[in-house]
Amino acid sequence: MRRAALSALLSHWRRQPMQLFTLLAGLALATALWSAVQAINAEARRSYDAAAGTLGLGAYETLSDPAGRMPLATFADLRRAGWPVSPVLEGRLVVTDQRLRILGIEPISAPVASLPAGLGAESGLTPAELFLPPGLGFAAPETVAVLKDTPGLPRLMADPSLPPGQLVTDIAVADRLLEADGGIDRLLLLPGAPAGLPTEIAPALRRAAPQDQGDLARLTDSFHLNLTAFGLLSFAVGLFIVHGTIGLAFEQRRPIFRTLRALGLPLGVLLSLLLAELLLLALVAGLVGIALGYLIAGALLPDVAATLRGLYGASLPGTLAFDPAWALSGLGIALAGALVAAAHGLDKIRRMPLLAAAQPRAWSTVSARALRRQAAAGAALLLAGAAAPLIADGLLAGFALLGGLLLGSALVLPFLLSAALSLGASRARGPQAQWFWADTRQQLPGLSLALMALLLALATNIGVSTMVSSFRLTFTGWLDQRLVSQLYVTAPSEAEAARLRDWLQGRAEFLPIWKVDLPLHDAPGELFGISDSPVYRSHWPLLDAAPDAWDMLFASEGVLANEQLARRNGLSPGDPVTLGPGWVLPLAGIYSDYGNPNGQAMIALPLMLQYHPEVPRLRHGLLTDDVPGLTAALHDEFGLPRANLINNETLKATSLQIFDRTFTVTAALNVLTLSVAGFAILTALLTLSTMRLPQLAPLWALGLTRRRLARLEILRSLALAALTFAVALPVGLALAWCLLAVVNVEAFGWRLPMFLFPRQWLLLFVLALLAALVASILPVRRLARTEPSQFLKVFADER
Amino acid sequence: MNARCLALLATLAAGPAVAQGYAGLGTQADGFAIPAPETRFSFPEDHGPHPDYRIEWWYLTANLTDADGTDYGIQWTLFRSALAPNEAKGWASPQIWLGNAGLTTPTDHYAAERLARGGTGQAGATAQPFEAWIDEWRMASTAKTGDQLDALTLSANGDGFAYSLSLDAKGPLVPQGVEGYSVKSPEGQASHYYSQPFYEIAGTLSLANRDVSVTGQGWLDREYSSQPLSETQDGWDWISLHLDTGAKLMGFRLRDRAGAPFTSATWIAPDGTPTPYPDGALTMTPTSDTEPPTSWQITLPAQNLTVQIDAINPQAWMPLSFPYWEGPVRISGSHAGRGYLEMTGYPEPE
Repeated sequence: MRRAALSALLSHWRRQPMQLFTLLAGLALATALWSAVQAINAEARRSYDAAAGTLGLGAYETLSDPAGRMPLATFADLRRAGWPVSPVLEGRLVVTDQRLRILGIEPISAPVASLPAGLGAESGLTPAELFLPPGLGFAAPETVAVLKDTPGLPRLMADPSLPPGQLVTDIAVADRLLEADGGIDRLLLLPGAPAGLPTEIAPALRRAAPQDQGDLARLTDSFHLNLTAFGLLSFAVGLFIVHGTIGLAFEQRRPIFRTLRALGLPLGVLLSLLLAELLLLALVAGLVGIALGYLIAGALLPDVAATLRGLYGASLPGTLAFDPAWALSGLGIALAGALVAAAHGLDKIRRMPLLAAAQPRAWSTVSARALRRQAAAGAALLLAGAAAPLIADGLLAGFALLGGLLLGSALVLPFLLSAALSLGASRARGPQAQWFWADTRQQLPGLSLALMALLLALATNIGVSTMVSSFRLTFTGWLDQRLVSQLYVTAPSEAEAARLRDWLQGRAEFLPIWKVDLPLHDAPGELFGISDSPVYRSHWPLLDAAPDAWDMLFASEGVLANEQLARRNGLSPGDPVTLGPGWVLPLAGIYSDYGNPNGQAMIALPLMLQYHPEVPRLRHGLLTDDVPGLTAALHDEFGLPRANLINNETLKATSLQIFDRTFTVTAALNVLTLSVAGFAILTALLTLSTMRLPQLAPLWALGLTRRRLARLEILRSLALAALTFAVALPVGLALAWCLLAVVNVEAFGWRLPMFLFPRQWLLLFVLALLAALVASILPVRRLARTEPSQFLKVFADER
Repeated sequence: MNARCLALLATLAAGPAVAQGYAGLGTQADGFAIPAPETRFSFPEDHGPHPDYRIEWWYLTANLTDADGTDYGIQWTLFRSALAPNEAKGWASPQIWLGNAGLTTPTDHYAAERLARGGTGQAGATAQPFEAWIDEWRMASTAKTGDQLDALTLSANGDGFAYSLSLDAKGPLVPQGVEGYSVKSPEGQASHYYSQPFYEIAGTLSLANRDVSVTGQGWLDREYSSQPLSETQDGWDWISLHLDTGAKLMGFRLRDRAGAPFTSATWIAPDGTPTPYPDGALTMTPTSDTEPPTSWQITLPAQNLTVQIDAINPQAWMPLSFPYWEGPVRISGSHAGRGYLEMTGYPEPE
């Protein structure tokens, strides 16, 4: 009995392969997008842990000279005085157009945990290979691939635990590559080190506490939350599809259920058979979804890596590791999603009267009351979302606002569409037009889920692209203003820096870019001292300022803060800013500082030198009309290494490149969500078309040709898509506003002005119509080709 | 200290060959200077490092007693090991330095080690003024006149111990072997080797919770070579004995997988006159069942010497990168006195 029942149930899918495909594809797509995002997040977290754990140099206290590198003798003197210290030399190098971060460690004195795993005794490496030229270098596999066969580099060994772009090597190799001449950036203080400072041996050294390992994870949290939200959105859209398909499949099989029950199949067995069928389908879809998700994640990861590097300096490998736990969670979410989508249908079967007649249309018809109830729920969600930022703070409130806005408007959509269609019907003249409006309205419930999905996709698209474009416009303008100097130079040492300043006298005006890292209002921050140059007054963009902000600043009577610092602490011009113990200055102005996760403040240079005489004086911005000439002179006459010099144009180009890569992921997810929505419309129209024959047959009998009917069907799809777009536009703009004014502020600490891009809307409008057109072509072609006998049969077979 | 890197260094192979013999001392000497019989010492220069030789050491052992007559022994060693036969400034130096320090009481034994790169100043040696150091461990000349090694100050520390001693030489430097050319195997492997065995010592040992004032005798060995062992020699047993007569005896036995051990000895008269003895003149026979053997019978018939030496503390294993046994011994038999025993190439005792 069970076997017969199961085969009867499954035969439905044989007869409806398209429905089977829809169900599997919907669930697979939902799972794929969701698990792709999860995979990316997991990979990122793993790589933060690797960065923090494997090269645990940050876990040690350090000694360093604020003035720059200390001489080799300082290391030897400290060791000879019994200080257990290990030297670290760091620097950047441009190798075959790649910026490479060199980390030179001294393997003999360095803590074992900080050594690359490839140095293990089992590696078979000899001391000569390690210590004699060319030496050994460890780097991420992809970095090794890029750098392979580059002359001058040590023998490269792949170490997957290292972040890309970093080369870990013996300090001798680093010294050679960086031309450090024995200089040391910092000394790790190993266990057993005395307390205090070695004032008699090296009075210039400062002791620094171990780095906070959680910083990177905390900074990037908002980004990952962002991705997760996107993943959830896609999953929700996918579930709309699944819900629709499963509901239809259940409804169409009511005669079978009834017959089976009449033949004596207990309700419990029927339900468990249906559940088993569902789980089987979910399992298949889940597996496909995981495979697809893995591919998507692999394709997106390089861009995510670029984003994280650009925004936070966090390094991520470009390749994805397969994690069984991740695959299992993907399967789990597919099963859970299928169950959620089917719960309604199963419940209806449980309550189905044994002898009730089949009602294929019942599934897709919803009473006007239900429509109003749904709209009321949507309105409540909208209100709750709007209230979220008032009640709670932080990024979660921002996302609650977004969620409320999107889901609320999706729920309200059918009601709005219905109202619009009623309006159309009331204006319609002639029976055909009246029928068109009325029939469209009657079909609305069946299409509403798909249209809701379309609304979500369109609104997200409008919102996100408005945000990104506004951001880009602001960012470009800001870069133009902000990069006041034509050349930026970093001297290798304090002595070189002093020589550089002498050398520059009479050649170019220079602006010191001298900063110290210090906590500002209990968060990591940086303090800059700037000299009184007119270019700041004319070029430096201020968002909000006291009338005489620049005069206050240069008179050492005020401080400028970046937007992040001001927003996080609710500072407005005139408010006191604490720059150190007992050192408070009024806020003179606020400047925008996109791309910086930290709080920042600027004071007059003399004040900086008074409070922080130890500030490293290595970086300078140069004002010149002859960039190539000065560049050549700096390099050839002064002898500055090329890596220490960067011009305004390159910097701008790099920044924009980083910016654009930052949002490629967003764009890709956007396109994917829109495709899922298009697919949802297709499935909805397909399922409706099979059920609509009884409604169309009388029209055909009244003399409307099949071609004419088909044209009307296409028109209907286009009209619904257009109406949905009309609702999506304001929702999308509201979304953009949320992103710019709420989420960005919470996540990054900056608020951006919103710009409107009507051409993008037009493009999207055309895209939406196109999606609806493509989705309706298949069902319409089927309609146009329906045999007249099929129409006739409707009258004969009417149950 | 860095175990992973030490394990690497334990192979100490400069060439592609797998390390041979104890601590790789049996490997080929490509490009390094080879000891020659006609070479004569030149002081003070030879107190300093010889970077063109593969290995070199400054090796001091001392038999000390406190006011109660309790025996102590200390060891202070600085090894230099070159990955290539040259020296360079800064990190480019191919020289690696290894310091070992030990302190032995009748009941306890302490050992510590330090490791450093050459070229940085973290470790090294200078001839004049004489100084050999690694980190804060230091052996430095305090001699106002005469040879740089005539007076020294010596310090080292480790987990649970430290010492600070003054050394005063009461006799001359003594070349070992033939004019300092010390043959190590029948195939002719050799080193340049001289000693200062006449130190009188005073100073302080610091133990867990007490400082102990001690006095005693010390012995400094200076040796450099590029291939001191033949490929089949797995280790050695070495003694430096201070006899109560004022005479001294240096002897060693190199164990050979392929045949009989190779022995060598130098008898040093109380005035410092050395009498070297070739292979076979000295016999060293283990008289304890332990491995490594901490009791030996030593005979040198040419000097009518037949003595028994017994470790003051048999548990004097140095569990370091190159593990070995090293500790003070008591001498009985035809002569009495105290000395030091070093045994390398044995498996670590249970």
